[in-house]
Amino acid sequence: MNDSLSLSALTPLLPEIFLAVAGLALLVVGVVREQRHGLCAMCRAVAFCFVLACVFMLGLDWHRTVALNGMFVMDQFAGVMKFMILGGLLISVVLGEKYLAQEGLARFEYPLLILFAGLGMMVMVSANHMLVAYMGLELQSLSLYVLAAFRRGHGKSSEAGIKYFLLGALASGFLLFGMSLIYGYTGALSFDGISHVLRASGEGALALPALVGMVFIIIGIAFKISAVPFHMWTPDVYEGAAGSVTALFAIVPKVAAMGLLLRILFAVFEPAQDQWQQIMWLLSMGSMLVGAFGALAQTNIKRLMAYSSINHMGYALIGVVAASQTGVAGVIFYMMVYMLMAAGVFAVVLMMRRGGIALRETTDLAGLGLRNPAIAYAMAILMFSMAGIPPMAGFFCKMFVFQAAIAEGFYVLSVVGVLTTAVAAFYYLRIIKIMFFDKPAEALDQDFGFGRRAVLLGSVLFVVLFILNPDVLIEISRSAAAAVMVAP
Amino acid sequence: MIPALAFYFFATILVCSATLVIFARNPVHAVLFLILGFFNAACLFVLLGAEFLAFIVAIVYVGAVAVLFLFVVMMLEISFDTAREKARRYLPVGLAVGGVLLAELIFLFAGWHTAPGAVVSAANVTEETGALTNTEMLGRILYTEYVYPFQLAGLILLVAMIGAIVLSLRTRSGVRKQSVADQVARKREDVVEIVKVTPGTGV
Repeated sequence: MNDSLSLSALTPLLPEIFLAVAGLALLVVGVVREQRHGLCAMCRAVAFCFVLACVFMLGLDWHRTVALNGMFVMDQFAGVMKFMILGGLLISVVLGEKYLAQEGLARFEYPLLILFAGLGMMVMVSANHMLVAYMGLELQSLSLYVLAAFRRGHGKSSEAGIKYFLLGALASGFLLFGMSLIYGYTGALSFDGISHVLRASGEGALALPALVGMVFIIIGIAFKISAVPFHMWTPDVYEGAAGSVTALFAIVPKVAAMGLLLRILFAVFEPAQDQWQQIMWLLSMGSMLVGAFGALAQTNIKRLMAYSSINHMGYALIGVVAASQTGVAGVIFYMMVYMLMAAGVFAVVLMMRRGGIALRETTDLAGLGLRNPAIAYAMAILMFSMAGIPPMAGFFCKMFVFQAAIAEGFYVLSVVGVLTTAVAAFYYLRIIKIMFFDKPAEALDQDFGFGRRAVLLGSVLFVVLFILNPDVLIEISRSAAAAVMVAP
Repeated sequence: MIPALAFYFFATILVCSATLVIFARNPVHAVLFLILGFFNAACLFVLLGAEFLAFIVAIVYVGAVAVLFLFVVMMLEISFDTAREKARRYLPVGLAVGGVLLAELIFLFAGWHTAPGAVVSAANVTEETGALTNTEMLGRILYTEYVYPFQLAGLILLVAMIGAIVLSLRTRSGVRKQSVADQVARKREDVVEIVKVTPGTGV
């Protein structure tokens, strides 16, 4: 116990420590330097920090190691998740750099808040203790609340911030209440301790106090991945927040929350699998239905993407319901693909400006096929992928989770999943129709900037070329799934 | 005997003042009752032997939170009558949801039991650290075993501070601030011009 604070024991935390120190240092730099041209340099510095953190990750031992009295765990699962998180944050910083300057929101705190949110997410996915999981969740949420309200003086943005904050606080309350019930029942807070007591005390079914605690914890996390009964905030927050913040919300926090969910379900509540499968079944079913049908009526592209993300989370949760190794690998793989697809789509959404004003409606895309054919075709490919049309990556991630569900005998869920995919295809294809066949609107502003172009290109290349070598990502997902599912 | 009496004394005042926080018509009075409630809660902690928590309640809640409330209440002119009107409108829904939740909790705690193999920690702590004070024990565990969440809590507070500054600090244009450097750097030849005026022509 005493030697746990020696420096070598802190090695697995190196990326987190680095990010924390770098964040503090950059904060000082940002304050001391006048913030006239602060944003651009700060964005690059933070992006560079993310890259460095990735490099540190590569140098670590990816076998299961615990540190700090068993509060921190580093394994393949945490490693893969952290890579995804850092990648997503990097993309969102790159996307935001020029956009914020155009919107007149160039303040150096923006990338720093993203950095601290990222730190919280990394803490979440490698938490091995209820307190640490909560702290990580709060660190990321608090940064995201501020980012949601970043466009201050703008009614919708303030509304987004306050809505996200209040509902997020409620969800945190649920989470904490669940944790306290679990603590009261088992007397332990560390994941290993809780699962040990739960496994020792019952065969399969959980007793009532632990069950209620588990449900409350799941509610708290389901809010963060906007699974259906807890999705109300998503469209409003996506619509109100500044465009690049919406892109961030769509890409990254869900990966972290999904990571925490998987970790808690499989490392802590593994004995109660039958019980949480039912909850997950409902969440998944509801998300698929609401996401698919809710989006039909949307004309605002950010609200549309919000419902689309709810829909996608439903598909990802199918893999959780299956609870087999293939299913969990499917979830991780789905999150990877979704993240990269959404990044490309949001690159296009952020490009939608006319006369220096950001556009919001899907109809504003009309005529894109005529005026910017390259971007229109890229968007069309991404839409096909989102809808799950075969040669694209978006098809394979859906196939993966459906396969897992069918192998475990969840036929209803799979059938509903396939049907809602067809419904969702309608609104993805409608965007293609608007771009190519509607009466052209005026041209968009042409100063797209390098960042957005690069992200769009990368995303499209990934979606199209994925089929050439699919095994790499699938193998990574499999090994991560194996790591989270192994009993500690 | 005396601790029991003291407990009932403080508990009664606590419950009364908590009720008055809700029912007081004047918001300032409500906040003052809140402060009274906090003090009595602190006294209850002292009775439990948790003197550190008592201090924290007194310092943080009374010293910071309640004073902040008082400032907000006095500075914002909130119309409590319209707020009451709204509250009355949502009362049935609120009561229904709250009632269901309460019933569930009663169910839960009626059947409450701990796990057969639950980790019993309370006894161990007192045995090991009998000679130490409450504050010392908390300090020892906070800076050793729980150093990781402790540091994270620090970061959360930092983010909260950044957030408050980002969302509320505005640099106004058109404010005439004194700039000492500009004043010192001002030279005579930059600002004074001597013009020879021939009579009758003007400048």
